[in-house]
Amino acid sequence: MRAVDAVMECLVAEGVDVVFGLPGGANLPTYDAFYDAGIRHVLVRHEAGGGHAAEGYAKATGKVGVAFATSGPGATNLVTPIADAMMDSVPTVFITGQVRTELLGTDGFQEADTIGITMPIVKHSFMIQHPVEIPRMIHEAFHIARSGRPGPVLVDIPQDLSRGEIDYEPAVADVRLPGYQPTTDGNQKQIRQAANALAAARRPVIYAGGGVINANASAELLELATADRFPVTCTLMGLGGFPGTHAQWLGMLGMHGTRTANYAMDGADLICAVGARFDDRVTGKLKEFAPHAKFIHIDIDPAEISKNVPAHIPIVGDARNVLHKLVSEYRATGADPARLDDWWAQIERWRADHPLRYEDSADSEIKPQYLVQALYEATGGEAIIVSDVGQHQMWSAQYYHFARPRQWINSGGLGTMGFGLPAAMGAKIGRPDDTVCVIAGDGSIQMNAQELSTCVEEEIPVKVFIMNNGYLGMVRQWQELFWDHRYSHVEMGNHPDFVKLAEAHGATGLRLTDKRSLVDDMRTAIATPGTVVVDVRVTREENTYPMIAPGAAARDMVG
Amino acid sequence: MGEPGTKAPLSLEELEAATGLRTGRTHVLSILVENRPGVLTRIAGLFARRGFNIETLSVGPTADERFSRITLTVDGAVHPIDQVTKQLHKLINVLKIRDLEPEATVSRELALFKVACEGPTRSEVLEFAEIFRGRVVDTTKRSLTIEVTGAAEKVEAFERAVRPYGLVEMMRTGEIAMSRGRAET
Repeated sequence: MRAVDAVMECLVAEGVDVVFGLPGGANLPTYDAFYDAGIRHVLVRHEAGGGHAAEGYAKATGKVGVAFATSGPGATNLVTPIADAMMDSVPTVFITGQVRTELLGTDGFQEADTIGITMPIVKHSFMIQHPVEIPRMIHEAFHIARSGRPGPVLVDIPQDLSRGEIDYEPAVADVRLPGYQPTTDGNQKQIRQAANALAAARRPVIYAGGGVINANASAELLELATADRFPVTCTLMGLGGFPGTHAQWLGMLGMHGTRTANYAMDGADLICAVGARFDDRVTGKLKEFAPHAKFIHIDIDPAEISKNVPAHIPIVGDARNVLHKLVSEYRATGADPARLDDWWAQIERWRADHPLRYEDSADSEIKPQYLVQALYEATGGEAIIVSDVGQHQMWSAQYYHFARPRQWINSGGLGTMGFGLPAAMGAKIGRPDDTVCVIAGDGSIQMNAQELSTCVEEEIPVKVFIMNNGYLGMVRQWQELFWDHRYSHVEMGNHPDFVKLAEAHGATGLRLTDKRSLVDDMRTAIATPGTVVVDVRVTREENTYPMIAPGAAARDMVG
Repeated sequence: MGEPGTKAPLSLEELEAATGLRTGRTHVLSILVENRPGVLTRIAGLFARRGFNIETLSVGPTADERFSRITLTVDGAVHPIDQVTKQLHKLINVLKIRDLEPEATVSRELALFKVACEGPTRSEVLEFAEIFRGRVVDTTKRSLTIEVTGAAEKVEAFERAVRPYGLVEMMRTGEIAMSRGRAET
């Protein structure tokens, strides 16, 4: 069969049920093979939309997301989603067309050095050099994407090679890569040491990140936390990894986290980091981060351990495996829960003194924070929330109390505006029975608004709530706070008319301006069949608080 | 921190302090990789991205044709080297990395020196070549080309010795290094 037909066999064998993509010259053979591959294809309007949709699918399901693009501009349009998937460890496989081999290196039409351009932002990539390699490399790509610390893998296939006639044996998923053997088990001695450290700690905090979601370890995390009364905080990427309504939940930590979570980190004598990487958005000023703490660091990626903060007890392994063992080791210590009484008394004081708060409007004006609270109420806290990037993202993280993993999907590491709508598309396809809502900014939504047509044509009923303040809000906030109110090119004006934009794409468009009926109006929007875009007019100049100012320590939060 | 929280300009001294210009001993990394196209690019790219300068680099086949050996030397303090070896390990095509301890390592490089020498200086240059166990590999009336092998320090010492006579050019291969003893590097 043709090598591309073998590619389709591989995709089926890997359990792929949807591919997001856009055809072009160099991947004509791929699309010809796709014609009767029996896999759903979602024709996106821009390859970036396809890439983010693959990410959204992967984040919502835990399965590998797949996107296709042609050579040259098709592939370069995938660069942002690939970088995004790298930063947030999203299991994805990108299959790009390439010009035929005789044109390689000649600046042929639609030629770009896709492998070279993407090299620093992929977990791995394969440049196909012979058709017979294709099936094996596709399987290796899936294996690498989903195992260890997940990430994006790119396979670049010159179009002549994709037409090569090869013998294809249905592959057994037995991939052996001598240079790639992730450590998953965790060293038992280290785990015991961690258990003893936890048992001895007076002011412990569990600090969990996206690794808990990727490892499907939230049940084990809950078990560890409740094996005693360990307070738990999560990073932006870890939200949903621990129930947001649990008594031991401190809220998110970091730049726009709760004061309780940040003060607890600041005062802790032991921090147990699980699948988190001590990002600058979490630590604030590194030198003053958690000054009294010793660190247990559990991560599947050895390179993360002691990268930013030296770990006293490093444990390399899969979070689920390690936490499971840690729970039994901890139970064996017979630690006295009463030792944490003083710590909890302190935490309760912080909670009482510093709840998340904002000044609500006296009239019908919709505060952006209230928009999120209203959506929480309208959806019963059950929706999958897909966010874009900016102030609305932080408010969503603060005010939507995520109860379960994979309920919160956003672009954390790269901070990609335009991520939300296409990622929601992927999430909805992956989880058709869930309500999927996008919370976007009026700036972000415009970066991939073309995908509204995809949603309508492909019948993907996502509900898009635009938090419209007419500004690039987060940048405006920084200009206000740190750059003397000099608003330089952050005002978006009054266009487009999002209701008309929605209608032009064949979606339903609504505009909401009144706080008093907001919850009911949102319920109506969600109950409206098909793709719905809701333009919610909110307070124009509201700031996201609390905040660790840049270069400041967590204990010096403002707002 | 990605974005500045202040309008204040940053002095060059502050910039240098923040980016941490690193100094420390030279490390010799011996890296066993899959013998495939693009592997060297991945390694070089990783070094560039993490802000490391490769001082010398040598690549060649091993006894097993599936693998190649990359020997490179970098200047750095111990901590960032640790981070770089961990990052290198993440490359799928990298099988093994050794940060070779100088005292437990035999290292050699080869260098060619083209020295301008006429008349009486010629015998002095030849004398140095003999002291350093160099070999004359080409000669003209006005020049000598000398091959020297040894550890980097020896090559550098020879360079200092002959430079005053007029060094037309010098080429060095970069070090290759092997661990001492019976075990594989």
